[in-house]
Amino acid sequence: MAAEYLAGAFGRQANQPDLLQARQMQALSFAVHIPLVCFGIAFPAMVLFVEGLWLRTGEPAYKALAKRWSKVMLTLFAVGVVTGTILSFELGLLWPAFMANFGEVFGLAFALEGISFFVEAIFIAIYVYGWDRLSPRAHFLAGVPIVVAGITGSLMVLTVNGWMNHPTGFDIVDGKVVNAHPFSALFGGNLWHELTHMYVAGYMVAGFLVAGVYAYAWLKGRRDLYHRAGLVVALSFAALAAPVQVVVGDWAGRTVAERQPTKLAAFEGVGKTQKGADFHILGYYSDGEVKAGIPIPRLLSILAKHDPNATVQGLDAVPASDRPPVNVVRYAFQTMVGIGTLLALLGVLYVVTWLRRRRLPRSVWFYRAVMAAGPLSLVALIAGWTTTEVGRQPWVVYQVMRTSEAVTDARGLWVAYVLLAVVYLMLMGAVAWLLRRLARRPPEAEVEAA
Amino acid sequence: MSLADVCIALMVAGLIAYTVLGGADFGAGFWDLTAGGAKRGARVRGMVERSMSPVWEANHVWLIFVLVVFWTAFPTAFASVASTLYVPLGLAALGIIFRGTAFALRGQAATINEARTLGAAFALSSVITPFCFGAAVGGIASGRVPVGNAAGDPFSSWLNPTSIVIGALAVLTGAYLAAVYMAGDARRAGLPDLERAFRDRALGAGVVTGALAIGALFVVRDDARSLYDGLTSGTGLALVIASAVCGAATLALVWGERFELARVSAAGAVTCIIVGWAVAQRPYLLPGHLTLEQAAASHRVLEAMLISLGVGFVILVPSLALLYRLVLQGRLDKDYE
Ligand code: HDD
Ligand code: HEM
Ligand code: HEM
Repeated sequence: MAAEYLAGAFGRQANQPDLLQARQMQALSFAVHIPLVCFGIAFPAMVLFVEGLWLRTGEPAYKALAKRWSKVMLTLFAVGVVTGTILSFELGLLWPAFMANFGEVFGLAFALEGISFFVEAIFIAIYVYGWDRLSPRAHFLAGVPIVVAGITGSLMVLTVNGWMNHPTGFDIVDGKVVNAHPFSALFGGNLWHELTHMYVAGYMVAGFLVAGVYAYAWLKGRRDLYHRAGLVVALSFAALAAPVQVVVGDWAGRTVAERQPTKLAAFEGVGKTQKGADFHILGYYSDGEVKAGIPIPRLLSILAKHDPNATVQGLDAVPASDRPPVNVVRYAFQTMVGIGTLLALLGVLYVVTWLRRRRLPRSVWFYRAVMAAGPLSLVALIAGWTTTEVGRQPWVVYQVMRTSEAVTDARGLWVAYVLLAVVYLMLMGAVAWLLRRLARRPPEAEVEAA
Repeated sequence: MSLADVCIALMVAGLIAYTVLGGADFGAGFWDLTAGGAKRGARVRGMVERSMSPVWEANHVWLIFVLVVFWTAFPTAFASVASTLYVPLGLAALGIIFRGTAFALRGQAATINEARTLGAAFALSSVITPFCFGAAVGGIASGRVPVGNAAGDPFSSWLNPTSIVIGALAVLTGAYLAAVYMAGDARRAGLPDLERAFRDRALGAGVVTGALAIGALFVVRDDARSLYDGLTSGTGLALVIASAVCGAATLALVWGERFELARVSAAGAVTCIIVGWAVAQRPYLLPGHLTLEQAAASHRVLEAMLISLGVGFVILVPSLALLYRLVLQGRLDKDYE
């Protein structure tokens, strides 16, 4: 799509001195919401798996674990709900010109998302408050819609992000958005690799973080069935997801190479268009090339196009004003890929040990690595989103609308930014406090309370 | 009826659901704030928590629903409202964070002092949030939101007579609804002292809310004449009267301790007044600036959204019915710790 001037619904350019604050607020809110959402994606399936174990074996430790996890799930869901609400408000409060012009193009996705949230909120309440009040079968079934809503919820919001990165389904005539085709807009973008990659990331983040808690308990010598099940279930989900993520990441990279060549050039710091491009590990980008990095000949062409001689478009193909901040994007990308590779190795180690020896690895270092894997996957997650979102800059809708055109004209954004940051800090502190309190309670309490 | 009418009807329905259900949650927070010292208030607080725990997330989603239909069906109007009224909407959003978190955490608090601190955050935000939403509605209804990116005044758009009375009404209405509902819940749970406590509160709040509603009409007459004209003629007038009748009936029913019927008539009073507002400002979406038809997204978009929502409702309605049935049967009662 050609980048025409977008006069837009308001017929006038926004003039916002605090654009950076608006962007930072948006980024901050995402950085709070998206880790929580990982639990919305992956935790229900893990909880149901453990409940299923209980239903099959009648072993009280499994019930205690499922019940404990479901409480954590409810808490994180509640916090996910409020942070998600903030994001919905921010779309209007920070980016009104974006909403005014494109609300009708992608709004459908959010309308469907609303239905999905309803279903999730309804069944999560029935599930968590229904322990010991519904028949075991009905209770288990009440969990199924939560798993489904975790998929549809992320599907719908990612259609929007996929569309922003590869906008389709509308025309621009005389600087106005017309002919919106909502369905083709939603499913024509970068949705499919983003959805798969994010979904797998959800399992990695939730799985490794939860497994880390039980790995710690393991090292402290708590190895009864309850702690063992907590470790094995969470770790198995994450370990199976980790190697898959590398393959999905490769798919994402090739799609970006094809559809957003400037973004890809920023991932790798490719200044000039070149054939048989090298990949650099570490180093920094300056004056059109990567300095002080470790070059790996032709790897970039192989990765991006699966062909060692392929041409990779450089940043010089577009004017400087259309390029994203290269070092931010490149470091974020390198962080994600580096962590992703390590976690994939960890996952393979676990799965191979399990398959060949039918037991858990014995080295304390394995358990220490599992404890580190949770925070690391969280870093990879945020880094991945930084790659995608900052890599798209200066566009909010790729090559159609600039972020500076989307922003609000309201004043005093930094006041809101400070307030919001303080509130988020309190929120995080409160959640940490709550989870610690829950963890201290002995597991037997879950079954006795019934 | 055009598709834009259907969309606005959906938004109004969502707003009614949010006020009647979510508003009562906020009202419960109001009673929490005024429940008094740790000992005396403990039982009232316990009741608040018990009634709200399983439903507040689902109630909250109505707000999201209204937002998404608004920005899809009327994108320019949504952007104008959000960018002009960013102060009250931003405050309401912060209030929602506090309310949700404090509520989620409170069930876990071990000591009375912890519970009170968290409760205070929860309760305070239960007043600020509905006030800000009401004030924003007042800004729209009194024609203070022009079309454009932050084109209206950031303060007088919501700190004006109409906004302030509507904001106060929103807080009181929630408190009133909550007291009526909780009196019924207390009876179901077999707690006669709490039943009496909430009955008294419902009567008090009902009288005050009614008086303020009448006063509000005079304020609106001076401050937003065209809204007043809409509310005092034709269908608008009929709805205002219906609302008043429902309100009076609710008082009588509460007096007579018929709480289940009072639940219905209280919700009816709220429904009539919200529909009355929508009717009074027809054909405008942003009074004086933008009509509904001008604001509407293209036909294809509205059609796609309405069909998708229709399909969604096939799943949603039975699910909601299941949840409320389980709650009203008391099957999800007793907080989970
Ligand atoms: C646990 C988290 C995690 C891990 C281990 C990885 N990623 Fe990732 N990555 C994400 C989490 C993530 C994400 C969920 O944050 C993003 C942001 C947008 C998206 O679709 O997924 C992402 C985006 C993203 C993009 C940009 C997509 C776009 O802009 O449309 C690429 C090219 C990759 N990733 C590639 C990889 C590769 C090659 C990896 C492995 C070695 C990898 N990712 C591991
Ligand atoms: C819909 C309107 C949206 C706008 C206007 C928007 C714009 C922005 C902007 C300006 C930033 C800050 C970039 C920077 O640091 O300079 C940002 C960050 C981010 N956006 Fe978007 N975005 C939108 C939607 C989305 C959606 C739908 C998603 C995901 C589904 C998303 C995911 C993110 C994430 C995760 C970040 C944080 C990156 C970081 O941590 O640095 N955005 N967005
Ligand atoms: C523009 C960006 C986003 C907006 C406006 C947004 C909005 C929301 C809202 C309003 C909620 C609360 C729902 C409720 O009330 O029950 C929520 C929760 C949720 N969001 Fe987001 N969100 C955004 C980004 C994301 C992303 C990037 C994902 C993941 C792919 C995601 C997936 C979810 C999920 C699964 C939930 C359920 C809550 C949970 O399980 O924690 N959202 N979001």
